[in-house]
Amino acid sequence: MKKIITLRGMADNQAGIIKKIKSAGDMARRIREMGIIPGAEITILGRAPLKDPVAIKIKDFTLTLRNNEADYILVEIDV
Amino acid sequence: MSEKTVNRIRKNITIALSGNPNSGKTTLFNAITGARQHIANYPGVTVEKKTGKINHAGYEITVVDLPGTYSLTAFSLEEIVARNFLVDERPDLVVDIVDASNLDRNLYLALQFKELGVPMIIALNMIDMSEKRGITIDYAGLSSLLGVPVVPMVARASEGITELIDRVIEVAGQEKSWQPELISYGMDIDLGIQKIEELILKECRHEQKYPSAWLALKCMEGDPEVKKLLYEEAGLREQIDAICDHTIRHIRNTLEDDPEGIIAEHRYGYIAGIIKKTVKRKIESRIDMSDRADAILTNRILGPIIMLTILYATYAFTFNLSETPVGWLESGFKFLKDLASNLLPEGNLQSLIISGIIDGVGGILSFVPLIMFMFLAIAVMEDSGYMARIAYMMDRVLRWFGLHGNSVMALIVSGGLSGGCAVPGVLATRTLRDPKERIATMLVAPFMNCGAKLPVFAILIVAFFAKDQARMMFIFTLMTWFFALFAAKILRSTVLRGPKTPFVMELPPYRAPTIKGIVIHTWERTWQYIKKAGTVILGVSIILWAAMTFPGLDDEQAADYEKREKALIAGLLSSPESTGLIKSREDLQTLDDMVALYSGSHRSGEEAFQGPDEGHLASIARAVIEMQDGKGLASAKDDIHDAFALKYSDYKNNLVALERGKKAEMLKSTAAGRLGRFLEGITLKIGFDYRTNIALIGGVAAKEVILSTLGTAYSLGDEGLEEDSSLATRLQRDPAWNPLVAFTLVLFIMLYVPCFVTLVTIAKEASWFWAGFSACFNLVTAFIISFIVYQSGIFLGIGV
Repeated sequence: MKKIITLRGMADNQAGIIKKIKSAGDMARRIREMGIIPGAEITILGRAPLKDPVAIKIKDFTLTLRNNEADYILVEIDV
Repeated sequence: MSEKTVNRIRKNITIALSGNPNSGKTTLFNAITGARQHIANYPGVTVEKKTGKINHAGYEITVVDLPGTYSLTAFSLEEIVARNFLVDERPDLVVDIVDASNLDRNLYLALQFKELGVPMIIALNMIDMSEKRGITIDYAGLSSLLGVPVVPMVARASEGITELIDRVIEVAGQEKSWQPELISYGMDIDLGIQKIEELILKECRHEQKYPSAWLALKCMEGDPEVKKLLYEEAGLREQIDAICDHTIRHIRNTLEDDPEGIIAEHRYGYIAGIIKKTVKRKIESRIDMSDRADAILTNRILGPIIMLTILYATYAFTFNLSETPVGWLESGFKFLKDLASNLLPEGNLQSLIISGIIDGVGGILSFVPLIMFMFLAIAVMEDSGYMARIAYMMDRVLRWFGLHGNSVMALIVSGGLSGGCAVPGVLATRTLRDPKERIATMLVAPFMNCGAKLPVFAILIVAFFAKDQARMMFIFTLMTWFFALFAAKILRSTVLRGPKTPFVMELPPYRAPTIKGIVIHTWERTWQYIKKAGTVILGVSIILWAAMTFPGLDDEQAADYEKREKALIAGLLSSPESTGLIKSREDLQTLDDMVALYSGSHRSGEEAFQGPDEGHLASIARAVIEMQDGKGLASAKDDIHDAFALKYSDYKNNLVALERGKKAEMLKSTAAGRLGRFLEGITLKIGFDYRTNIALIGGVAAKEVILSTLGTAYSLGDEGLEEDSSLATRLQRDPAWNPLVAFTLVLFIMLYVPCFVTLVTIAKEASWFWAGFSACFNLVTAFIISFIVYQSGIFLGIGV
């Protein structure tokens, strides 16, 4: 079964497919130009010592996002 | 190409080097240009512009390094700088460096160059990495689908550089015009773009620097710079807004998104199509090496421990390795000073050269090895990819104070671990993209305990907190961080209020740094530091020297000192002990020289001095030196010489004390001294008298000056026999001093006005406004904190 959650809600090492970027403006732009667009596959690599930011694997590279940014990214996961 | 054609076409080619951060752009730039680089800033902004020149096959090729960007929007300074350069300077072509192991995101930028229409070559870098990852790329297919030449290469190993340059010459020779090529962004947007383009073509008859199709696309993306251009210069506000608004509404209704998002998705879709046709990858079975390293290096528990160890090692490495060369430079400058004092007659010129120029500039240049090793360590951390991990781990903490993960390096370089320098610290803020976060970091970095503040702290700790020296130093380091972070918090919620910038940041794969890259990186930063010492510091040193020299003693005071000096000499010559030994001032001079000479040779390691063994003067000199060495009078039989030696030593001590008193009296009467006394009205509230004030004024030039000036100022009115007592002892005995004053002074020095080099660096990196702000803000902060501490200390009776 598929389910859509925010990127913040994903567990470490969980994979999913990006469905939607909910924000507009500078943040959305920064997120998109790094390749985070609907349809892209991501995996959670881990989180910083204070559980924020979060590191994700997308395509062939590693990105870091803060949790409040991850809130805007909706991901489809297998349940 | 025949000889004839070669002669016909231009011999000068300009290329712009562009690409994503971490795509190996700097490595390629260094590989092409080698050491022939010129660094400046792009006009009006602090974005670094590097240019290099090479000669190849009879051509002079100028390479301009554009800032590393992911996109070509108008929302970051780097991107505006990059596209303005392309449009205004019209280089012959762009070499877009593309990371072969990361094609999707890298081609996103390449596609935007195609939209702009500038002639382009793709330098497909790191093909060794992509091959290792099991990625096979059809280079010819990629080239034909993109419609641009593709040169595969490995910039780190200098593979493919010659091929690239040959292609550059070939493409530049074709003198292509700009041909903007838009892809399809979906029906609605394509239609909007078409309408705006028609409008521009119809209304803007004057020659456009920008291709109209590109302008139309940018309007759809909501690009503020392009819109401003079309609104103001072409007066097309209403028509363009009407078209854009219509499209935006339509897209919001049908796709629940804005045109900008849709355009980005289409670009990525187009790229995905190209990649599907040209790239084959084996199924990824193994986890990437970098990911495995990160599992340990950014682990929740191990990560911070490893990070602290590495940072401490950086600090230890820098300070231990630089100690010796710094020592060499210091002795070099000391030699220059001795030379100057021997060659030049005593007086203002000698004083200017020694105290003004050599001390000022030398003080700065002596630090060059330290700065260089610090930059070397930073370069290694940056080039290996570890710096990004530090930012990642520290971000959560620093964000609370309105800073950014990347701020941590600037603070550490400035002295966050005790010892460092705010100048490279301020320069290290360049890794911060948001201007407000960057300025906030820049303003609090000088609070850190730099290498020049430490000796002052050490003296005060020895004098007043002798029992727990190590603990006090540790407390001061903690207080530094405390003040710096809270000051940042205050700045970010007042003058530098602004939204937190998105942190979206790449963690580049770990790579072994190349020696060439590290050397160039380290040298270019070190050179900037050296250049400053040669210009600004020279000027400021001279001004400060003047402020601490003039107007000096008035004639009456000077005559008084001269009289007292004569009286001392006369007293010695007429003493009963001198009878039969010293007859005139000439004899005294000979004795002075002899003592200086013998004690010099004696100290330089020879067992005993090798002076002539006969004559009264030699015997006296020997006795004097024995006394100086604390051996007492070994040869009791030789009483006439010993008796005079005792008298002579007394006289010498008095003379030194007199000289020191004169210097202190002189300092008191100088411009700085007067200012210091004038400021007493305020500074006595935090326990500082005019002598401390003079030292603090001097410290604005360089914190190193504080200690030496305190030394001079505290000799004032202290003409007793204590000429040997150290500054620490003097302060201890001074009734105006107590542990509370010392503690307050440490806090004040920690926080007050950054040294002049730092201020100049802030001015260059931000603006003179921020440099002035920094001076005032830090001074006010220092005063408020000192006031609170001192007054509550007095009230509670602690440390008084």
